[in-house]
Amino acid sequence: MKVPLSWLKEYVEIARPPHELAHLLTFAGLEVEAMEYIGLPQPQQERQQTKITGLAWDREHFVVADITAVEPHPNADRLVLAQLNDGERVHTVLTGAPNLFPFKGSGTLPAPVKVAYAREGARLYDGHKPGREVTRIKRAKIRGVESYSMACSEKELGISDEHEGVIIFDPDAPPAGTPLADYIGDVVFDIAITPNMARNASVIGVAREVAALTGASLRPPSWKMKVKSSKSSALPLPNIDIHEPKLNPRFTTTLIENVTIAPSPYWLQRRLRLAGMRPINNIVDVTNYVMLETGQPLHAFDYDVLCRRASGKTPTIITRLPEPAEKLTTLDGVGRALDGFTILVADTVGVLSIGGIMGGGESEVSPTTTNVLLEVASWDLINIRRSVHAQQLQSSQAGYRFSRGVHPAIAPRANRRAAELMRELGGGRIARELADEYPRPFPPVVVELPLAEIDRNLGITIPPDEVVRILTALEFRVEKEGAVLHVTVPEHRLDIGVGAVGIADLLEEIARIYGFERIPETQISDTTPPQHSNLALETEERMRDVLVNLGLQEVITYRLSSPELEQRTLATATGDYVTLSNPVAPERAAMRRSLLASVLECAESNARYQQRLALFEIGPVYLPKSASTDEQPALPREPRRLVVVLSGSRSALSWTDRERSPVDYFDLKGLVDTLIDAVHLDDVSVQPSEHPSFRPGATAALLLAGSPVGFFGELHPHVSAAFALTEYPVLAADFDLEALLPILPDHHSTKPVPRFPAIVEDIALIVDETTPASEVTELIAQTGGERLAQVQLFDVFRGAQLGAGKKSLAYRLTFQSDEKTLMDKDAARLRNKIVKRLKRDIDAELRSA
Amino acid sequence: MLELLHKNKQQALSELQRAADSTALKEWRSRHLGKESALMQALGSLGSLPAAERPDIGRRANEIRRSLKAACQQRADELRRAELDATPAAVLDVTLPGRPVQRGRLHIATQTLRRIYAIWAEMGFQVYRSPDVETDEYNFELLNIPAHHPARDMWDTFHADTPGVILRTHTSPGQIHAMREYCPEPIRVILPGMCYRYEQITARSEIQFNQVEGLAVGKNIRFTDLKGTLSDFARRMFGASTGTRFRASHFPFTEPSAEMDIECFLCSGDGCSVCKHTGWLEILGCGMVHPTVLQNGGYDPREFTGFAFGMGPERIAMLKYGIEDIRYFWGNDLRFLEQF
Repeated sequence: MKVPLSWLKEYVEIARPPHELAHLLTFAGLEVEAMEYIGLPQPQQERQQTKITGLAWDREHFVVADITAVEPHPNADRLVLAQLNDGERVHTVLTGAPNLFPFKGSGTLPAPVKVAYAREGARLYDGHKPGREVTRIKRAKIRGVESYSMACSEKELGISDEHEGVIIFDPDAPPAGTPLADYIGDVVFDIAITPNMARNASVIGVAREVAALTGASLRPPSWKMKVKSSKSSALPLPNIDIHEPKLNPRFTTTLIENVTIAPSPYWLQRRLRLAGMRPINNIVDVTNYVMLETGQPLHAFDYDVLCRRASGKTPTIITRLPEPAEKLTTLDGVGRALDGFTILVADTVGVLSIGGIMGGGESEVSPTTTNVLLEVASWDLINIRRSVHAQQLQSSQAGYRFSRGVHPAIAPRANRRAAELMRELGGGRIARELADEYPRPFPPVVVELPLAEIDRNLGITIPPDEVVRILTALEFRVEKEGAVLHVTVPEHRLDIGVGAVGIADLLEEIARIYGFERIPETQISDTTPPQHSNLALETEERMRDVLVNLGLQEVITYRLSSPELEQRTLATATGDYVTLSNPVAPERAAMRRSLLASVLECAESNARYQQRLALFEIGPVYLPKSASTDEQPALPREPRRLVVVLSGSRSALSWTDRERSPVDYFDLKGLVDTLIDAVHLDDVSVQPSEHPSFRPGATAALLLAGSPVGFFGELHPHVSAAFALTEYPVLAADFDLEALLPILPDHHSTKPVPRFPAIVEDIALIVDETTPASEVTELIAQTGGERLAQVQLFDVFRGAQLGAGKKSLAYRLTFQSDEKTLMDKDAARLRNKIVKRLKRDIDAELRSA
Repeated sequence: MLELLHKNKQQALSELQRAADSTALKEWRSRHLGKESALMQALGSLGSLPAAERPDIGRRANEIRRSLKAACQQRADELRRAELDATPAAVLDVTLPGRPVQRGRLHIATQTLRRIYAIWAEMGFQVYRSPDVETDEYNFELLNIPAHHPARDMWDTFHADTPGVILRTHTSPGQIHAMREYCPEPIRVILPGMCYRYEQITARSEIQFNQVEGLAVGKNIRFTDLKGTLSDFARRMFGASTGTRFRASHFPFTEPSAEMDIECFLCSGDGCSVCKHTGWLEILGCGMVHPTVLQNGGYDPREFTGFAFGMGPERIAMLKYGIEDIRYFWGNDLRFLEQF
């Protein structure tokens, strides 16, 4: 909402400088997002609280001037020479402004044309260049005539982008020589209006806030209109037939006869432009002006069009829902199909306009209109909001206001105000008193506010007088009865509820006008609540720490994905997706089911720049549930998973390491082993497995109590290729953390540091190629018992001398007792026992050195 | 006999000085202190001496043996020192880069979240999590945002194909979950999580982002407490001298509502490009819990009050580290992530 300071001052006295006012408004919840200084000097401040733009008009160089005659240019048809008095002397000023041409060659004008004049050396915007480029007026000869000053357009002065002609002031403009800044210097506040402040999408609304904040009094305009005296000759007002009182609680009309459609006076045009609207003609401009002033949108019909449609009879206005397949061409020229819920303004022939949003083209005011029917109505905000969205008419100023709520009490006031302005500016007469259909009057809202609520909620005591002053300044009616205020809500706002909600609504009003800055800070003195730990988060974060310690980089990817992306992992889809009805892009159209696909996508985008990838992510996947109960739609399960992806060189490029080999399965296996060890996951095991995303033979399953809780291994070549990760093998792990996190032990037992020396022996065993190493290791450990402190596999060897289908596994065995120093013979006995057991169970041969 | 032993000792000591390495020292040791040495022979034959002479000669012979041993040890130490002194200097370019250590890192969003968790944990607020995929009821209606209400324009929402299911636009539905779980206990929790908005992805807006919301509910929670608690948080998060200010604002689920600004930590409030020369940074939204929301959570608003606040960890990280493009967070380019 753009609010010019000069307009605001019509309703409230403002003494403080504009930037201080902006600060005051911003802190009270009317955020001033930008300020534009029109001709006035900008404040000199170190800190700029709001964005400030604008051009200052030097008082010496910019003045009001009188054009007394307009003469043709001797050498140019498209230029004229104006005789101009700037209060000091008469100048000949060269101009091509089309709006001065009508005065050409009529000699001395009967009354001077008052313009905005810039003297030689003035700094202003270039009117012929796009945007706002500052230039300085210099002396020049144009087609033989000397030029050193100019009459200015709004664009040149930074008032608007209007550059077709020069500004022509209204005849009551001050005398020539008056500094322009004193006359039309202004500041425009651009204020963000939050949904609860719909009432302040109006100049009066903002003025009311200023009054409450500064203690000045509000001076609203007159709501009276002057109806013509002879009723006999007056045209009849249409009948009003409201079919849907809930959607259209109030409908008022006035009729202004015999208007002359013409441009509005300059003051009105200027105000509209400063507020961001384009002047059209006096009638349309008044509807917009009163809307900006009061917040109540209005609509003007060509009354004679309605009569013609009614075949000369008194027209009837009907507000109703659409007939099936009903259509309307609105005044923006768009043919529109109307949704069944959209409330319409119609007559007996058909639809005239979309209620509260946009008029139809046929009945709009045209240059030939003489009788104007002014509609000022109230609409249900929810319904308007639905229609605004359905019709994509978010830019409609009327729709914007009605969809946030306009109190029906404003309609008759705004109607009279506008009718009176039309009468004054359009030269017509108001035919009759206002017609007012109000089938559903809004009851007054009264809130009981115990003064103790202020301290209970805000933590401060505000003197009752101050509370009453604040509420009264906002036009609440307040009666104090003991420690309770009976507060009646004014008839311009719909945002105050009743009961506990009403109290909170009033507390907000009191607090923001009193000033948040004046409210002190305290420490919470309430009882400390019972403490609840969040074990799921703690274990998840513990897991992250372990993974970071293993040298992995955490990534966080989009949780929005697509089935197409996830199919690249070749894992067959085993369920539905949570799909979006309004995705921003096809590749982000569903909630992911595969964290692996997300991390591989991340690996793909990094692979071009990186020689080594070591990534992990912990995050949820979204698995829809099939059944939904009657009351609640079914929400998906959101189990957390862990994905690790490794690829590229094992080591970073370095002079210390000439041989740089790519990572392989055992890099990943090492990570998995260490991870399991680090979090003391004693109950899991690893076994060879198969999975469509992984390369056959290089796939392992992580088992918990016999069932897989994740897979890891080398990625299937098709999957690597699908993610364009073809330069190196890709290793990946994908674990179900919902299964693993709850079983992470939060403590474990320890062993004392050995007191007696150990005996270390190496043995090499020849076993079948098909025997997994884990089985051999497990057998050794089992047989060795508690005196076998450590079993380390340190070599795997295959060779012709071992025979086909055989491999040699070399182990280092550490024997140690916590009771005594072991002797060589103790170790030898255990060793022999182990060798014998392996021979028996898996036919392992001891390999002689 | 003693004279002979003394003479031998003198000779041994002078030979010792000539022993130039450990081999020579070993030979010397066996010659003068070994079983065959004159000294040891003499000590071995003490029994054959007359009883009267025995103690004196024995004591003197042992003295000689001890002094020779000590001299030998001293010579050994000298030789060892000389050996170490002779170690040649290393020939290294000590400026060459060391062997690379491959370090893992947490994503900057996680690092920021953890910092926020830690501060709030110390202030008595524990983490409460709730789902990403929510019902319209929890995300909007129970938070005092009815269907078609103009306040809904404040959120651009992703809708699931299942009617009534949306991706949460804020972590505020967690307020209802927490209240319904803990009612009638007092509450102090923070609600972190990923949120979603239907927006174009640009340098300034993302379709998913983390939010950390906070909620305190009790029988004695006031607006002054909200101001004090959040100012304390700001001083912990951004530095002990950080100033704060509160502007009136609007959120449907709080009333009164406010925005908290902090004094710009980059320019200390003097004005810079990051704070757009205002000296202040908008950091979080907050307010007293709306009575309708308390009611929906199971708390009687006549008895209980509460405050709530919400902040964006990514925005905080962007301000702190001068990150100019929000797309970097989920872009996961390692050249970005490795800077943290």
